[in-house]
Amino acid sequence: MSILSFLDKPASYIGKRVPRPGAKRLLAGGGRYVDDLRPPRLVHLAFVRSPYAHARLVSFDAGAASRAPGVIRIITAKDIEGLYTPWVGVLTHFKGLKSPPQHPLALERATWQGEPVVAIAAESRALAEDAAALVRIEWQELPSVTDMEESLAPETKPIHPALGDNLAFTRSIDAGEVDAAFAGADTVVVEEEYSFARHTGVCPEPRAILADYDPAGQSLTVHYSNQAPHMMKEIFAKHFGLAENAVRVLCPDVGGSYGIKIHVYPDDMTAVAASILLGRPVKFIADRLESFVSDIHAREHRVKARLALSKTGEILALDMDDLTGIGPYSTYPRTSAVEGNQVVNLTGSWYRHRNYRARLRVAFQNKPPTTQYRAVGHPIACAVTEAIVDRAAAELGLDPADIRRINLIPDDAYPWTTASGLKFEKLSHQAALETLLKLMDYDGLRREQAELRNRGIHRGIGLASFVELTNPGPAFYGVGGAPISAQDGATIRLDPGGSVTCAFSVTEQGQGTEAMAAQIAASALGLPIEKVRIVTGDTERTPYGGGTWASRGAGIGGEAVLQAAHALKQNILELAGIMLQTPAAQLDLAEGWVTDLAGARRIGLDEVGRAAYFRGDTLPPGTQPEMSATRHYMPKLYPFAFTNGVQGSYLELDAETGFVRLLKHWVVEDCGRVINPMLVDEQIRGGVVQGIGGALFEECIYDEAGQLLNGNLADYLVPMAAEMPDIEVAHIETLTQDSALGAKGAGEAGTAGAPAAVMNAVNDALKPFQVRISTQPMTPQRILRALGKV
Amino acid sequence: MSDDRIFIRLIVNGESVAREIPARLNLVDFLRDELGLTGTRWSCEHGVCGACTVLINGELARGCLVFAVQLEGCHVETIEGLSRSGVLADLQAVFQRRNAVQCGFCSAGMLLSADALLRENHAPSRAEIREHLSGNYCRCTGYHAIVDAVAEVAAARAVKVKAT
Amino acid sequence: MLDREGEGARLLAGGQSLVPALNMRLLSPASLIDINGVAELTGIAERDGVLRLGALTRHAALASSPEIARLAPLVAQAAPFIAHAAIRNRGTLGGSLAHADPAAELPACAVALDAEFEVAGAHGRRRVKARDFFTGIYQTNLAPGEILVAVEIPVSPPARRSVFLELARRQGDYALCGLALAAEIRDGVIADARAVYFGVGSKPVETANTALALDGKRPGDGPGAAANALEAELEPLGDFNADAAMKGHLAQVLLRRALGRLDAA
Repeated sequence: MSILSFLDKPASYIGKRVPRPGAKRLLAGGGRYVDDLRPPRLVHLAFVRSPYAHARLVSFDAGAASRAPGVIRIITAKDIEGLYTPWVGVLTHFKGLKSPPQHPLALERATWQGEPVVAIAAESRALAEDAAALVRIEWQELPSVTDMEESLAPETKPIHPALGDNLAFTRSIDAGEVDAAFAGADTVVVEEEYSFARHTGVCPEPRAILADYDPAGQSLTVHYSNQAPHMMKEIFAKHFGLAENAVRVLCPDVGGSYGIKIHVYPDDMTAVAASILLGRPVKFIADRLESFVSDIHAREHRVKARLALSKTGEILALDMDDLTGIGPYSTYPRTSAVEGNQVVNLTGSWYRHRNYRARLRVAFQNKPPTTQYRAVGHPIACAVTEAIVDRAAAELGLDPADIRRINLIPDDAYPWTTASGLKFEKLSHQAALETLLKLMDYDGLRREQAELRNRGIHRGIGLASFVELTNPGPAFYGVGGAPISAQDGATIRLDPGGSVTCAFSVTEQGQGTEAMAAQIAASALGLPIEKVRIVTGDTERTPYGGGTWASRGAGIGGEAVLQAAHALKQNILELAGIMLQTPAAQLDLAEGWVTDLAGARRIGLDEVGRAAYFRGDTLPPGTQPEMSATRHYMPKLYPFAFTNGVQGSYLELDAETGFVRLLKHWVVEDCGRVINPMLVDEQIRGGVVQGIGGALFEECIYDEAGQLLNGNLADYLVPMAAEMPDIEVAHIETLTQDSALGAKGAGEAGTAGAPAAVMNAVNDALKPFQVRISTQPMTPQRILRALGKV
Repeated sequence: MSDDRIFIRLIVNGESVAREIPARLNLVDFLRDELGLTGTRWSCEHGVCGACTVLINGELARGCLVFAVQLEGCHVETIEGLSRSGVLADLQAVFQRRNAVQCGFCSAGMLLSADALLRENHAPSRAEIREHLSGNYCRCTGYHAIVDAVAEVAAARAVKVKAT
Repeated sequence: MLDREGEGARLLAGGQSLVPALNMRLLSPASLIDINGVAELTGIAERDGVLRLGALTRHAALASSPEIARLAPLVAQAAPFIAHAAIRNRGTLGGSLAHADPAAELPACAVALDAEFEVAGAHGRRRVKARDFFTGIYQTNLAPGEILVAVEIPVSPPARRSVFLELARRQGDYALCGLALAAEIRDGVIADARAVYFGVGSKPVETANTALALDGKRPGDGPGAAANALEAELEPLGDFNADAAMKGHLAQVLLRRALGRLDAA
């Protein structure tokens, strides 16, 4: 029986809009997040953080603080010396990447405003903060470098003298004959410079950790609002000198993560150190103001791009230069080189040209550490590519849809290797574009736009094609020495009452991991979904795996669940076959029953379960039922499963005020087999809005001294409901052959393409004024400046 | 003095509660830490995100912006009480069916705000729903499914009213 | 009580501006005096052509009160722009005025409506005109130990129109630039105009010359000389959302649009 035979069954949950069983609890106030945990003898941490972007710690006096009510301990770097080893955010496959060792608390120097310096452990967070205000620190402010260009200028002092300069990483790509392509007699060249502002995740649940070191058992249990518990287990064991199996990491409900909660943070490591020091559970929850200066930041780039085309619109070459700033450290363990690396790998990669040159420079600066955040590099690569293609279209008098038709990799050209070396198994760019144009009634919108322009109303239509990197294999991180697993595992077990428990190593942050796994398991085992219980987020109770990142949960985790369920099914059918004296090949599972191939019920799954567990005496000698199965899965054929999509944005620009009103948004995406279209749609929508945030609203505004000016929710503008459009999503399913399920990832596609689509729409609206904007976020101020009105 | 304690008596989810508490304890922390009602969340502590939304005397309020000791004799309702009483049942069912919830952190505030809107406006437009809910920050859903869910419940409640 | 507690005490009304400041540890008053129970500070009542609003009137009540809609429509127009429902249920008129955020809606409305404030202190009572009340960013005419008791607004005659416009990045945010405009329309012509901008300076900015330049004009004619007057008298202060030049530009745009609204009314 084929592993996917259940797909044809009406009871199969695959492809169905199944509501998440776990959502009910969340909607009734039953969510259990880290802050809801209140173990006995709990201690709360607050931090004194550097008020300066760059300063030397001259002296400090914690006398008054230590005497403050409720204070248990004041903790400095000295107090935890010897309890930990520092970490370095480099991986061997990023040749030349350099970064200094990083410690939980600053030693003698702080290199960003917000860096933790002193921890206060007290009976409550409020009392810890009261005491923190009493800590007296003498700082010597040092010159700070915040501007990326300035940081790389030869005369600028390196932030880390031992490293020689502020260039953390550089890389170049030179494929084909770029110069020749640009120099061609009939070549049309367009160039543009793009700027993307640093912004941050703003997770509804702020970062949260509860570290509980048991001195009696010398074991550490960490409840962590985090995406990768196994990775963190390795890291805690390694850096705190604990036996690997003496560390347990649990991820309870996580209130949003988006990549923010997958990096190692010095204040979280301090919480673990504090727990070891005090022998008590220690809780640290970042408050919102703290989050703005201590969560990782993302996406600070300046990109120069040039495009060479023939007069008829074929792209001949693309040449780009990406400068990105990462704060003073490369983050650990994934490094801060990945973002820029993806930008140079991905830019232009969905078009047919073979001539491509790219240079990446990653610069240190005195701003918060900056690294992977949802869609890592894709929003930049996509915005740059799609904007310059649109600009070229305008230059050549081509419709943006037409220039894409000419240049997108044809749907029958696969497998395809891009100029930057990316391997695409099979994508559907052309089909996706045609589907989108129909879905949004592109021609109708163009007609409406033209008519309204005559009345002085400026609407813009923006298209953006893109790829998304999903299901990464070990070449992404593991190869460089990171304790990051590219595989995942599922253990699935039949219980004597006929229900099934599945423990698997991908984690849940609200995207529906558990529902997705339950759908696969229930479908493969012919069970109603209520009979499947999913266990995730516990290094002690699940197989070893990578967790959630790079949109891998369904494609990799789902495949492990499928394989494990199929293996369990074979075991069940074999035992049932023995009990029924029928060959297993003539049996199947449906609706909680073992059936014949025509669907007639033969024996209940619960009866099989009871026989296996309680009535071994009724089975023939030598029969050993195995009512559980574990399978792991890692993609093998391709280093990544690329997906593709295209987005459309329709908006109205008020040219007098610079305000943009988003009217509607569309996404057509191809993530291979869709296990639950509703979950995928909602991931896309959430991702789109997150991308819109970066395109129009979000930026961390710094002054020259590296002071964050807008670090609160009144001044840092996250998208709220009133300004967001309705978002229509359609799917194409091009399965990957790398797994039985054929599923690729979908979690980041919305964020990858939305900033590009919106920027193209704004520039489309600006066409009559013959100006363009190439800086994000596209605030009213910047739009009015582009228009020359201010 | 910051360690002033005040005796307060109020009604939480229909139950009488009497406690001596620090004057500076805000309502969210009171509900979570004193009463163990962790369904109400804090996320910004400056009144913008809406995660701490509760009902005080039947009206929406930010739990992070009121001190518990200010609420002598007041009725406070949280997600737990409004779930148990069934007041939010239709919204909860539709939110679940339409996946208008992902990580769940904003959901309590979102549901309370949605219900308050529907009590005041029986046939809100999508724009009105968006406007009213723009005091509740969600990072996961992008809001579309939430708007769909509230619109569906508004229509269903209207039908119910007509039928009665 | 305020007197007794001295300098370290702050009054707590709605708390929607004060408590965020406390939570963010921007302020650490020695004590808070909760005035939510003071009956004298409540009430909406009209008498002898004056609409008297108690300082404790919640924003939500400003939005829903039929008297305010009828007698001081500018306030009813402004109220929905104030933050969000949960904030409006507790935030108060007096609190907003005393907090004096230059980007807030109600201070500008008070000035545009020629409101007068009743202030009480240990010394007794006094009255101060709205336009004299706001002195700077978060600064007012209130002396230590004083409390805002009520706001008195001359009832708008039926011929008086008001337009409230606000440009904000998102629903409920503080204004990038806002305009509270009130004027009488006699025989299709503007008379006795008041144009008060907010979000552009350290306090509500009453553009007297601009208003004067509007008198005698038809709304449909557009700003005309009023635009020049506005350019000359408005000295905007920029912030990181909009620099001074942009605020000045937006002020002009709002003037044009406000006249358009008057014309349509």
